[in-house]
Amino acid sequence: MEGSAAVEDRPGEHEALPIASFDDPHLQPYARDPKRAERLIAVLFVLGILGVIGYGAVFWQGGQTQLEGGFLGGGLFFIGFGLSAWGKYLLPQGPFVESRHPMSSPEPDREAMASAVVDRGKMVFRRRGFLGTLLGAGMGVFGIVATFPLIRSLGPKPGNALDTTNWKKGSRLVTMDGRPVSVHDLEVGGSLTVFPEGYTDSIRAEATDQTILVRAAASSIVTQPGRETWGPAGYLAYSKVCTHAGCPVGLYMEQTQQLLCPCHQSLFDVLDGAAPVFGPAPRPLPQLPLYVDAHGWLRAQAPYDQPVGPGFWERS
Amino acid sequence: MIEDALNWLDDRLGVSKGGRSFLDKIFPDHWSFLLGEIALYSFVVLIATGVFLTLYFVPSAKDVIYHGSYLPLRGQKVSEAYASTVHISFGVRSGLVIRQMHHWAADVFVGAIAVHMCRIFFTGAFRKPRELNWIVGVTLLTLAIMNGFLGYSLPDDLVSGAGLRIAYSILLSIPLVGSYLAFFLFGGKFPGNGSIIPRMFILHVLVLPAIIAALIGAHLFLLVRQKHTQFSGKGRTEHNVVGSPMYPTFMAKTTGFFFMVTGVLWALGGLVQINPIWLFGPYEPYKVSYAVQPDWYMGWLDGALRIMPSWEFVGFGHTIPLEVLLPAIVFPGLTFGIFYAWPFIEEKFTKDHAVHHILDRPRDRPKRTAVGAGALAFYFTLFAASSTDVLANFFQVSLNTVLWSFRFLVVIVPIVVALATYRICLDMAGVQGIGKRKRALVVTRSAEGEYATLPSAERPGDEHHELDPAPVPVRIEGLDSDPDSGTLDPLSAAPGIRRAPR
Repeated sequence: MEGSAAVEDRPGEHEALPIASFDDPHLQPYARDPKRAERLIAVLFVLGILGVIGYGAVFWQGGQTQLEGGFLGGGLFFIGFGLSAWGKYLLPQGPFVESRHPMSSPEPDREAMASAVVDRGKMVFRRRGFLGTLLGAGMGVFGIVATFPLIRSLGPKPGNALDTTNWKKGSRLVTMDGRPVSVHDLEVGGSLTVFPEGYTDSIRAEATDQTILVRAAASSIVTQPGRETWGPAGYLAYSKVCTHAGCPVGLYMEQTQQLLCPCHQSLFDVLDGAAPVFGPAPRPLPQLPLYVDAHGWLRAQAPYDQPVGPGFWERS
Repeated sequence: MIEDALNWLDDRLGVSKGGRSFLDKIFPDHWSFLLGEIALYSFVVLIATGVFLTLYFVPSAKDVIYHGSYLPLRGQKVSEAYASTVHISFGVRSGLVIRQMHHWAADVFVGAIAVHMCRIFFTGAFRKPRELNWIVGVTLLTLAIMNGFLGYSLPDDLVSGAGLRIAYSILLSIPLVGSYLAFFLFGGKFPGNGSIIPRMFILHVLVLPAIIAALIGAHLFLLVRQKHTQFSGKGRTEHNVVGSPMYPTFMAKTTGFFFMVTGVLWALGGLVQINPIWLFGPYEPYKVSYAVQPDWYMGWLDGALRIMPSWEFVGFGHTIPLEVLLPAIVFPGLTFGIFYAWPFIEEKFTKDHAVHHILDRPRDRPKRTAVGAGALAFYFTLFAASSTDVLANFFQVSLNTVLWSFRFLVVIVPIVVALATYRICLDMAGVQGIGKRKRALVVTRSAEGEYATLPSAERPGDEHHELDPAPVPVRIEGLDSDPDSGTLDPLSAAPGIRRAPR
């Protein structure tokens, strides 16, 4: 449809080249008063030059961020504004036209192209389909094997790395600077981020082991079945890695006894086994069972009984 | 002289015929056509400032003790990536301006692409024959967002480190292969063996920019090959393009515009602080700061993560964390899938297989406009949901209320906006001459008290003033005569003739 209509529009191969006289209305500037526009553009260019020079001077003097930004930003803007104004107000504004030709080729060209592709393709595979199959198999095998160095070499297989932390039976709780935590360190309502002793100088260990220790009034704790001994003297230790997307559950709100993850606003009830009460987190924060040793240091009774952090396919 | 040079080139490359028609290429004049140019020029700025940054940035997670000029950090153990970024900010002259300019340019780049895409969508510029260029454009948007995320994750500061951990958790949530993907990419359990920063670096500075540059080339090639679309108007048909020629008018305007965009970005870089990583501090996996928001173009995903209910599927010895998988993998996949498919979806519904070069006015396509406005409202609501905590604080209501409000709003707002848009489009379609400038009428009262209504003076923009479009002249006669002689004064030769801006 558009093919036939457009053929009429198509200009001859050797159309006369358009010539215009200087006073053709299409060649007139847009400005009512070109002299005034000229002056305005000159002022803009001068401001631009001053701005750029100003930047150079500031830089020469040792630099100052805001002045640098103001001078060069302003300078470039004025030069650009002047040039755009030159284009808009002083150059021929037309309107000018160019004709548009249909994208589709004439029918004979289309047929020739299609048959060239199809017929020559048939020549290639005529009675030699098995060669094509073999070539395809070769490419496919290469495609798969090529991903080995590209992907497999990048990192280790997960194995059980996601299931474990560095917490072990008897691990002493220490703060970030390696100081052990004693049963007298926190008041009721206090909190502290703790790590297993010996693992505070590695960012990789911190990422998984981080544990938030809070001290609650022992009487207010809702004891979970099987966790009767896990919170000596009101000390409760939970994994600090959010079960939603892995952010540190960093905000302990003493008034409501809740832990808030600042990334996506999941809320966990400290007194009720860190069960999620709000937000997108699906699971309670795993709890680390504690005991107080003979010297009054807090230690882990056992490692976490489940993987810490967000969910993944292999988690059962 | 210039003729000789052109002939020399033509003898060897035969550039004259094609070159001349390229100089004659017509650019329709409409403000909305600037949006793509903003994106293009932001990209140029990104490349230039990015090259500068690579001269100083060290893509390494290795720990060093900071000894630079920023006193509060002295003596702290930080990564080389973080230390070098602080050094760019305080130890390199103009370094902070250029670093912030790079960040601003990235935000503007993605923003300009998004708004440009809205223009293409609402005016139907994606229709046949431009579906391919739409696909290239959607790919560019995807890559721009990805490269933006990679870029702001590089400095290894507290905020970006938390974002990186979320990205890792999102990878983990993919069934079957998630943990393998995450471990391969990060080189082990988060934060891996220190390889994520150099890996992101090479993707950010080489792989993705190269693909983006190639696709921008393809985008512009298709644009020149298919020529611009245009709004309807005097002398405009499906078989022509009306506007300003490439040389000299458009070239002057667009080069000027390039300098303006660069100037604004430079001024933003110097005057408006962005991503002050020295205030965030270096990344420590157990630390986090309050009110952490990603860059704006990740906001819709952050919002989706926040308002998603906590559904996790556990069974058959496996876990599928739907609360992460659905909003962070499936949802963006669907979003971009629909973007890619839109030209074909619409063609299926309208059964319109014709070639279109004249743009739609959004009001003339109420259904498409309503769908687009609803979608925009949807993503804006999600974006707003990425600041639930800030809103709760600001309005002094509980987080719970804010969250549940958003869970409803994200459904209600798009529907209301779409319906309202549809009604408004229908109403506007019935009004004649809407959007056209009307001649003002001046009411005067004579000394005797007699009122008279006179039309105001004619102004550019009044419809009937527009000339019929003419072909771009190749030769202009009379240029060499003295312009001050008076015989060829263009103003006296064509008094009062002005082109109407569209």
